[in-house]
Amino acid sequence: MEFAFTEDQVMIAETVRAFFADNATSARTRAAMAADGIDDELWSAFASDLGLAGVAVPDTYGGAGLGMVELALVAEAAGAHVAALPLLGQAMCAQAIASGGCEARKSEWLPRLAAGQMVGTWAWAEKVEANDGRLSGTFRFVPHGAAAEVLVVAAGKESWLIDPSGDGVTITAHVTMDQTRPLATVVLDRAPAEALADGKAAIAGAQSIGWICLAAEALGGAQACLDRTVAFSRDRIQFGRPVGSFQAYKHRLADMMIEIEQARSAVYWAACAVDEGSEEAMLALHAAKSFCADTFTMCAGNMIQLHGGIGFTWEHDAHLFFKRARSITSMLGNGDWHREEVAQMIVGEQAA
Amino acid sequence: MKLGFSAADESFRGECAEWLQGQLSGAFADIKGIPNLVAKVERRKEWEQQLAAYRWSCIGWPAAWGGRDATLSQQVIFAEEYARAGAPGRINHIGVELAGPTVLAFGSEAQKARYLPGIAGGTAIWCQGFSEPNAGSDLANVRTKARLEGAKSQREWVVDGQKVWTSLAHFSDFIFVIARSEEGSRGPRGLSFLLMDMNQPGIEVRPIRQMNGEAEFNETFMTDARCPADAMLGAAGEGWKVAMALLAFERGVSTLAQQMGFRNELDAIIAAARANGQAADPVVRQRIARAEIGLRLMRYGAMRMLSNTDVAAIDGAALTYKIQWATWRRNLGELAMDVLGQAGEIAEGPGYEWSMLPNLYLFSRSDTIYGGTNQIQRNLIAERGLGLPREPRGDL
Repeated sequence: MEFAFTEDQVMIAETVRAFFADNATSARTRAAMAADGIDDELWSAFASDLGLAGVAVPDTYGGAGLGMVELALVAEAAGAHVAALPLLGQAMCAQAIASGGCEARKSEWLPRLAAGQMVGTWAWAEKVEANDGRLSGTFRFVPHGAAAEVLVVAAGKESWLIDPSGDGVTITAHVTMDQTRPLATVVLDRAPAEALADGKAAIAGAQSIGWICLAAEALGGAQACLDRTVAFSRDRIQFGRPVGSFQAYKHRLADMMIEIEQARSAVYWAACAVDEGSEEAMLALHAAKSFCADTFTMCAGNMIQLHGGIGFTWEHDAHLFFKRARSITSMLGNGDWHREEVAQMIVGEQAA
Repeated sequence: MKLGFSAADESFRGECAEWLQGQLSGAFADIKGIPNLVAKVERRKEWEQQLAAYRWSCIGWPAAWGGRDATLSQQVIFAEEYARAGAPGRINHIGVELAGPTVLAFGSEAQKARYLPGIAGGTAIWCQGFSEPNAGSDLANVRTKARLEGAKSQREWVVDGQKVWTSLAHFSDFIFVIARSEEGSRGPRGLSFLLMDMNQPGIEVRPIRQMNGEAEFNETFMTDARCPADAMLGAAGEGWKVAMALLAFERGVSTLAQQMGFRNELDAIIAAARANGQAADPVVRQRIARAEIGLRLMRYGAMRMLSNTDVAAIDGAALTYKIQWATWRRNLGELAMDVLGQAGEIAEGPGYEWSMLPNLYLFSRSDTIYGGTNQIQRNLIAERGLGLPREPRGDL
């Protein structure tokens, strides 16, 4: 038992933090927001210079072969800058194939996803119709769906690979509140689909990595909200004092730190639990996703309030965090859903 | 980063569990699972001595002083198994977790030899004399006075003043006190950290009845109370430094044992909700899930604190821990009463005595006050953790 980062993990964290601080600037993120929500230059540097587009993809398929802890470190650092990258979809798509694909599909797709040569994403629908290798159905709220070059879609206990440029696929990009991760609707009308060998395992793998990715992004985002607001509160003078010296103000910052420290425990508990195959893994994932989303929402809201008028402007970055927090809260199950899952594990039965 | 325990650790777990469960289903079965900290005092003193006889009383201490030099993992495991076996709260927790580590850190060899064997052996129960009527949140505003008297060979401290909220003082053998030893000094300067015998005519203890009806806290009056000149940790006038170091020990492995108590309380709420049908209410389920998540995050927060070997850095998990658990537990008390409904407001016996959950509701109102109120915690977090400017003082 050693709940502290190893030297290698500290090194990865320092590397990715510096990378995003230097490269994921507000100006570049805003340029991507006006386009498809991907900072292409950042993405290619991330994939080729850092080699981390496939951080959790096994090294036999060209990935970095690391675990959920390292993935969380990357997502945390990206989240701290609301980086416009297709991290979430890429990770979920690759993990679905790694967890549920046959050898041939893994060899075919994982090296390209891990190298960042193509953008992948993952989509879910309640109901689909599958006949003769063709799939019909509507998949809503697909992250970076309009930019994807490969799709894994899932429904029930099955998962399929889809070529977004193929027959019977219509993808509609939406103007999305969080422009750093725009959502799309994917409509399949008898589109050619290749079922993954173990669709259920693919779903489980994709969800686990997705929840960790979102929780870690939320942690990084929440910490950035706190750090930026602390810096502001020391410089901003009112009534002849820095506003950060007033208890009504500093206690709200303290409350942010209290939540963030718990969020940090949640992310790395969940990541470790998945890596170690612990019995607690599912509980930890639901805890991390719901708790971190709430923490980020609280911190981003406080960031706006504590900055006063400037925090409400388009020019200031506070709204990027606020909107990302909102997006994370609803994505892949909202807080109530995750907490009901926890309740079923510890209380049993179902809600009336 | 790793959560699991090694095979050697698991075998240590077996050893702990076997001994603890044997004792608590055998010779000490009568004190198994008692929640009240002040019940069955004599038997619990015997329990302290039994732990000591088998070298389980302070396993994290050096072997030379009665410990086992236990690793962090072993201490975590012992705390878990201690609670799992239903062993009672440590009546000498202040001695084992606060006084002892402070003597180990600041004491001379002679002082270690004088104080540690009694703590490790379970024969010297300790209490803490910090707070005063006018030194609560503003703890450094101590007015209890200490002066040196007597000829050189028999010099001793003579102490006058009043301490308050002294947990367990009515059956303690020793008290550690911060007292103003420099006439005219103010605030944290000029205080000394003294180790005093409770069994002397100059010390009088009066219990304070709490809102839950029990009397765990006391007022401690000192009138010409005495201790030898060398019954002092740190230098004269530098007691504040020792007191602050002591408070840091409060965030040690014992937090895990405390959490096992919280686990029992949450489990009791879940059981009550199942029994009375509240378990099907979606709102109650959400609140229970939040409590469960909060408790787990407390555990992993503690693991982070304990695994972090860089003690020089002010670690965020450590700084936020007190307000986190205190607030969590206060909320848990509210959840308990909402689940129980009006049945929770009816005492079971003829006296004003409460079972676990109603008592949790009442007692937890003290959690957000003692050991630094939630408001003081937020100041500490903001000033030490975030580096924000201090609130200007109203020094009179």
